[in-house]
Amino acid sequence: MTLNPEVYEIAFRSIYITFTATLIASVISIPLALYLAFHDFRGKTSIVNLIHTLYALPTVLIGLLVFLMLSRQGPLGFLGLLFTPAGMIIGQVILVIPILVGLTYSAVTSLDPIVKDTIISLGADYMQFLVSILREVRFVIYAAIAMAFGRAISEVGAAIIIGGNIKGFTRILTTAISLETSMGNIELSMALGIILLFIALIVNFVMTSIRRGD
Amino acid sequence: MDVKKTFIVLLVLFSAIFICGCTGTDSDTATPAATATETTAATAAGTAAPEGTTTAANPELLKIATTTSLDNTGLLEALQERFEENHDVTLQIIAAGTGKALEYGQRGDVDVLMVHDRAREDTFIDEGYGINRRGIAYNYFMIVGPESDPAGIAGMTPEDALTTIYETAPTNADVVFISRGDNSGTHSKEKSIWTSAGYNYTADVEGVGDWYVEGGQGMGATLTHANEKLAYTLSDSGTYLSYKTDLDLVPLVDEGDSLLNVYSAMMINPEMYDYVNSDMAREWINFLITPETQEFIGEFGVDTYGQPLFFESLGNYEVMGISQAEAEDPIPA
Repeated sequence: MTLNPEVYEIAFRSIYITFTATLIASVISIPLALYLAFHDFRGKTSIVNLIHTLYALPTVLIGLLVFLMLSRQGPLGFLGLLFTPAGMIIGQVILVIPILVGLTYSAVTSLDPIVKDTIISLGADYMQFLVSILREVRFVIYAAIAMAFGRAISEVGAAIIIGGNIKGFTRILTTAISLETSMGNIELSMALGIILLFIALIVNFVMTSIRRGD
Repeated sequence: MDVKKTFIVLLVLFSAIFICGCTGTDSDTATPAATATETTAATAAGTAAPEGTTTAANPELLKIATTTSLDNTGLLEALQERFEENHDVTLQIIAAGTGKALEYGQRGDVDVLMVHDRAREDTFIDEGYGINRRGIAYNYFMIVGPESDPAGIAGMTPEDALTTIYETAPTNADVVFISRGDNSGTHSKEKSIWTSAGYNYTADVEGVGDWYVEGGQGMGATLTHANEKLAYTLSDSGTYLSYKTDLDLVPLVDEGDSLLNVYSAMMINPEMYDYVNSDMAREWINFLITPETQEFIGEFGVDTYGQPLFFESLGNYEVMGISQAEAEDPIPA
């Protein structure tokens, strides 16, 4: 069952889409979290609260909003990204940004002020300061990335609305499980489910190893 | 530390994959080579890049929104293989209910619709969104249910059967009806049978009681659902037959003029959306109505299920209630 090449293809597509989305989301979120942590402005508390609320952003809602954006009649329709892996990546990026920003922000703001003072007193310039801060909170960031990856790879609502579950193109593990179950192919669904679980375990293992080896 | 280096290498690798993906999002799965099966994570990532850069033009894509019954039975996949053999195109099939498919069409998100709801198709065409509709196949709806038939509807007309279910369900807990409840073609058909049985669907039927379940899923899932609950449901014969081995449900009502189920394909009007792939859409629909394809459709499933899942439209336009031209005339270029 697991030797079926189509299963590999679907699993690889899942990993590819979620890795890409997690990577893009990390690149956006970590600077954003640092900005939030070290700048004060009106409405900041509301934004932070909003971000925490969006941890629970329903995936189907993201699916619907991204669908409306990317549909030919939507504002970004000219890009032709509806029913493509790129569209699904956009959905997952939106899905995990709150988690990455929120967790990084919390970690940075809860650092002991002495750490910050020490870094500054050692004569660090602004970039060196930020890099040192990130180094202090790296474990939390690893964990946040692993969590973001887990949430993105396991979601099905947005993937099916944005991707359309096209065989050989936008079908990923979760949408395939959903389809195969509805078609009564329980064994195949189980096999796909085990692969999904396995991927989650590997990601967790890699992140734990990084932490240990550090 | 070594682990740190590994992490950086991994990060670079992911970036590389991502960059390949940016240039080759369409090509990496659309090219025949990449859809071929030797895909492992590493080779796919590796091959995606050169293909994305060396092939100037991506292979053509044709986006088809289809009713779930054509997809769940496997017919569409079989037709896709035959079509792609002779055409340099990748079909992208999005299986949704007829209602959703029409919505995709109306928004210009697909090139071809394959649906089965004559009334709503007519509206769609009148509004200028769809053109060149061709009837490609037909079969019949049937009311299926548990062999014990607690409401006693076997052999009735569809209208009488629904009336009987409606009247017995409140006093007999074994009588349950599962509706698609998703604005699909099958759901439309169910509504029209309720209407011709004298009920106002929204006022009398929807939410009438626990016995009337709006499942909200595709045909296959709805049959599975009905099977779990030992409930009645309306199904097209094709999907029912292809699921039959896993089901304890039997056809109880399968005769009646209102049970005719006509599948059509149509193009999205390029005057509405100039970017639609109308050339390939025309080729696809013309392919569907060729005598060879029609013969294939009429025989599809016979070896597996002992009987055809769909009947060919060729020569059957009168049964289908459509004009001969709509069943047989290729769309002119």
